[in-house]
Amino acid sequence: MKQNSSSAPVIDFDTPALRMHRKIRSYKDKAAEVGVGVGGISVIVAILLIFLYLMYEVVPLFKSASVEPIAEYQVPKTTVAPDNAKTLYLAVEEQGEVAMRITNVGEVIFFNVADGQVVKREQLVLPQGVDLVSVASEGPGSAILALGLSNGTALIVRDRYRVTYPGDKRLITPSVEYPFGSEPMVISESGGLIEKLAVNNAEQNLLVSAVTNDKKAHLVQFAKEESLFGDEITLVRSEITLPVLDSKVHSILIAPDQRWMYLASQQGQVDVVDLRDPDNAKLNARLKVTEKNSAIADVKFQLGGISLLVGDMTGAVSQWFLVRDDQSEWALKKIRSFEHDSSPVVVMLPEHRRKGFLMIDAKGELDIFSTTAHRTMLTENILEIQPRIATISPRADVLLIERVDGVVQTFAVHNEHPEVSWSALWQKVWYESYEEPQYTWQSSASTNDFEPKFSLMPLAFGTLKAAFYAMIVATPLAIGGAIFTAYFMAPAMRRKIKPIIELMEALPTVILGFLAGLFLAPFVEHNLPGIFALLILLPIGMVAFGFAWAQMPDKVRHAVPDGWQAALMIPVVLLVSWFALGMSQPMEAMFFDSDMRSWLSNDLGIPFDQRNALVVGLAMGFAVIPTIFSITEDAIFAVPKHLSYGSLALGATPWQTLTRVVLPTASPGIFSAVMIGMGRAVGETMIVLMATGNTPIMDANIFEGMRTLAANIAVEVPESEVGSSHYRILFLAAFVLFTFTFVVNTAAEVIRQRLRKKYGAL
Amino acid sequence: MRESFGSWTRTGSPWVWLNAGAVAISVVMVIGLLALIAVRGLGHFWPASIIEADVRAADGSLHHITGELTDSLTVPAEQVRASGVAIPADQETVTRYLVKIGNRDVYGTDFRWVLKDQIENADYPEALMAVERREWGNFYGYLISVKQDGQVIAQQAVGENSIWPEFEKRIARALTIHEEIYQIEKHEIGRINYAMERLRLKQRSLELKGKDTPQAITEIQTERRVLDAEYKVLQQKLGDLYVEANRDSFVAQAMDGQQIEVSVSKVVRAFQPNMMHLGNKIVFYGEKLWEFMTDEPREANTEGGIFPAIFGTVMMVLLMSVMVTPFGVIAAVYLREYAKQGFVTRMIRIAVNNLAGVPSIVYGVFGLGFFVYFLGGHIDDLFFPEALPAPTFGTPGLMWASITLALLTVPVVIVATEEGLARIPRSVREGSLALGATKAETLWRVVLPMASPAMMTGVILAVARAAGEVAPLMLVGVVKLAPSLPLDGNYPFIHLDQKFMHLGFHIYDVGFQSPNVEAARPLVYATALLLVIVIALLNMSAVAIRNHLREKYKSLEM
Repeated sequence: MKQNSSSAPVIDFDTPALRMHRKIRSYKDKAAEVGVGVGGISVIVAILLIFLYLMYEVVPLFKSASVEPIAEYQVPKTTVAPDNAKTLYLAVEEQGEVAMRITNVGEVIFFNVADGQVVKREQLVLPQGVDLVSVASEGPGSAILALGLSNGTALIVRDRYRVTYPGDKRLITPSVEYPFGSEPMVISESGGLIEKLAVNNAEQNLLVSAVTNDKKAHLVQFAKEESLFGDEITLVRSEITLPVLDSKVHSILIAPDQRWMYLASQQGQVDVVDLRDPDNAKLNARLKVTEKNSAIADVKFQLGGISLLVGDMTGAVSQWFLVRDDQSEWALKKIRSFEHDSSPVVVMLPEHRRKGFLMIDAKGELDIFSTTAHRTMLTENILEIQPRIATISPRADVLLIERVDGVVQTFAVHNEHPEVSWSALWQKVWYESYEEPQYTWQSSASTNDFEPKFSLMPLAFGTLKAAFYAMIVATPLAIGGAIFTAYFMAPAMRRKIKPIIELMEALPTVILGFLAGLFLAPFVEHNLPGIFALLILLPIGMVAFGFAWAQMPDKVRHAVPDGWQAALMIPVVLLVSWFALGMSQPMEAMFFDSDMRSWLSNDLGIPFDQRNALVVGLAMGFAVIPTIFSITEDAIFAVPKHLSYGSLALGATPWQTLTRVVLPTASPGIFSAVMIGMGRAVGETMIVLMATGNTPIMDANIFEGMRTLAANIAVEVPESEVGSSHYRILFLAAFVLFTFTFVVNTAAEVIRQRLRKKYGAL
Repeated sequence: MRESFGSWTRTGSPWVWLNAGAVAISVVMVIGLLALIAVRGLGHFWPASIIEADVRAADGSLHHITGELTDSLTVPAEQVRASGVAIPADQETVTRYLVKIGNRDVYGTDFRWVLKDQIENADYPEALMAVERREWGNFYGYLISVKQDGQVIAQQAVGENSIWPEFEKRIARALTIHEEIYQIEKHEIGRINYAMERLRLKQRSLELKGKDTPQAITEIQTERRVLDAEYKVLQQKLGDLYVEANRDSFVAQAMDGQQIEVSVSKVVRAFQPNMMHLGNKIVFYGEKLWEFMTDEPREANTEGGIFPAIFGTVMMVLLMSVMVTPFGVIAAVYLREYAKQGFVTRMIRIAVNNLAGVPSIVYGVFGLGFFVYFLGGHIDDLFFPEALPAPTFGTPGLMWASITLALLTVPVVIVATEEGLARIPRSVREGSLALGATKAETLWRVVLPMASPAMMTGVILAVARAAGEVAPLMLVGVVKLAPSLPLDGNYPFIHLDQKFMHLGFHIYDVGFQSPNVEAARPLVYATALLLVIVIALLNMSAVAIRNHLREKYKSLEM
């Protein structure tokens, strides 16, 4: 033996190199700790990021509008009679750069919105000695103007703006066109000053209506006839006799479908004229549209020409449209009125692209309203001096006002999402042409003047309906199965069952959805009586088999070890299913005139879709079963065994032990399982997308489909324009889903954590 | 009776049996579903016999029909009677067959329902052939003649089979030419187009930076001329090949006696199933299966293979696992090894649970808004201004799809890794620390290696989840038909900005958006089967690894 103790090499642990090495190791350790910490926290960051980003997209929906002044300048003067010329009409073009002023001396001035610089002057082609008296626009979003002249004729013009980019800079060249020639059309054969007029240019006919200074109302139809070569249109004139009118007309409006015409008198009455039969124009109704006998201040069509927007001298603002009742009779009804104080309305400006309007009153206050959402976007005093005439650009972003003192003020308007309000999303809304207020989701259509219908109610209803039917299918099967697996089943069998359930959980929902849509839906439709028979026969068959099994001789019964009853049940289930489905057609022939589907719809009046809630319930139930099953099974299995042993030792049957001891202990866990299952059913997309017709209806009928929030997002997000109201509402739908599942999952998790603590104590 | 029903009920036994039944129903549903997909999916590739029969219509006239019987349905006789077809009064049910008659170019539809009772003189003549074509679906009928440049080379009467070898020879020739054309169009011209596009972007980029000197422009012009010249040569070659390909045609007689001439270049494969014996059929089956797995889709995805979808899914899943693994593992390590068990860990656990429970479509919406439009839009502004206004990363694509799915699957990895870490006994860690290792060293050298199978389990489960997830992908990157694979020979080889095809989306798209659902259905079943097999295998391997791990640490704890 050597003497190690004395001759052992002395190792110096404090060399600079080793110190360095230790330092590096310690740094690495610290770095790892920080890195791992950041990684852990980033999970919370991720969930917060989702939450905040969804919020960030949703919040602009509920912002109000705002205006800011751009410029203020003297109105550009005409060359003829510069001090006496009056503005008859104002307009701003698409880009918000150039404005147009039509004056009563027949001169059209195009000027810059920003500074009032004249861009171009144009003299209208008027016959010698004839004056321009009145101007009327066809309606919001149209460039067609009718000019009323002093000899009973009218001229149709259109403003055009050609945009070019010389040297990469935008140049707008305005001009006035005469789509039907520069020859004025005769409206009143007896002549007279045309004081008020209206025009509507449809594919077949051009309608012009006018009231002359002798209080006569005229309506003239010009039928368009193409010449032989199709390159020229000739107008064939015919006069339509209007029902007698006796009051002073404030405005005339012709609806775009040329079926209805409205004559508003200054006293606040509106005559609704039915033009369906041009040879026999009928007065549909005459009714008061203003409050407290006040006079009309302004009346305009809303975009689309269905609604009338009425503002009166007492400051009341309201929307009216024709509603058809049960007898197919049309009646003009007041749909909603808008909040405003009592100062008289001066001008109403309907937007060109959306269902909304601006209103300016006598004290210079601007109000921006959205009709569908019934929302006041803005109330702000913007003028010191009373306005005379105003206009809004087609994009509703530039407002141009001429005051009574001849000064023009321009404003930039920011009003991004007027279509949305809480009431429009969650309450009934009376949409244009609907008979009554309704919940409707219809986000887009092919026409420009479409009123988007953004009610989330049908979608929320559809979501809950789908989840409800899925839970009806899934909960009993999953909980029952979990109880048996956790409490009664033999361990050997349990080891085989659990992977099957895990596989069930892993099945992609796109496969379940595809089978539901292409296999299950036609199968259910074809075997409808059999499916219902199955629901009744399966439990009966199981209990009957159980009872029969109890009557078997011991030898047979003991051949199957305890806890293997589920295996015995498999043939029973198969047999009963085969029997029930085999019975389907004989039953259909016997009870339902061989066609249960038509029996349902004809005899019971229940509509039937092939892809319906029953199919969704079965398919989505299948998807939810494993979620509920696993968590329930864990909860029941985790109940300490000594509790059930004690109960069994006291003489309780296994079932009694289960219901009185085990289930109460595990109930919070089962509850959280159901919650999580519910969360999954609510958010499931592919199954509902494929197994329903995706029609947003509100009907609890099991034989009809639905559209859920999730499916709606999947269908509509790809085609919605980024940043539009529609896009943001879809984000709102996602946000609703997110919050719902967040609440459900957090609650379930908290319950589970409590449960774990409780078992720890036992 | 051993026991009265009343006393049997009082013990609660019926409830036990009902619970047992619930398990049985669940099992039957799973197995039944798998069996259904397997049978329908695998059956598709088997060469079905072609039936020739006469069908007696309601007015007594006879129609000749040829085609494959694809489905049958039994309906109550009353329903059929209601539609005006006379059925004997004593008959209660009627069987209907769905016959695939093919020849969509001639009849407008591929399928026809025929009542069993109306079929007369059913026969399976050996000379009947089925021709798979590149357009208009299958053709069924008799081969009459083969033509070259419009001149009849060989002909035969209906029912004979003498010119079949000649026909097959010409198909083989056309297929070779087609393959050549495909190579040129897809790869060589594709490469030139890609290079041209890069040149355009280069020029634009120089312009934006103000470096578009005449010299640089000339260089680009020269390169462009070289490419143009190459392109012209290829174009010439293609023209010649097309002329060659269209040389041959064949005439065949359809079921109503019409004779139809079809160019041989349109033929994918021709066969005579009624003549095949079992061995031939098995070989044919193998060929079709191979085609399905390796070929590109034809005819709006209703025919051909699904290779691009398989490839896209694999690419996406690989990228996703590269991203999800570190993130998930670090989070799990934090929860188990570093964090003090308290409020913060409780919050993280709740966050993990919520990430797992948030509907997948919400991830899609988030991915589209945040990743694609927000991040992608900024990346484009910063790094790819030359391509604007066409977006590079500001549009759904492979990278964003992978990141979105990584976020979606991260809880799976966290939960699995955490379980693995929890199973490693304390003693192992303490041993390492006692020997002087730092915490990071213990983690890196001892704990993580031991937990690696658990991480593997987590990643496999995440992959299985991602492979089957469709809803978010619909928003962030999949398309029904991608013109090229996201991995190819053109620099930079992996195209993260490209859109891709995906098995799950393929199922949805072909099954529900296809114009000819009936024809596409078998293919959808086959695709579904493939997806199920992949996912089942992934899951089973994950479970196996997990169980193995459990066993291993059980012995360690002893």
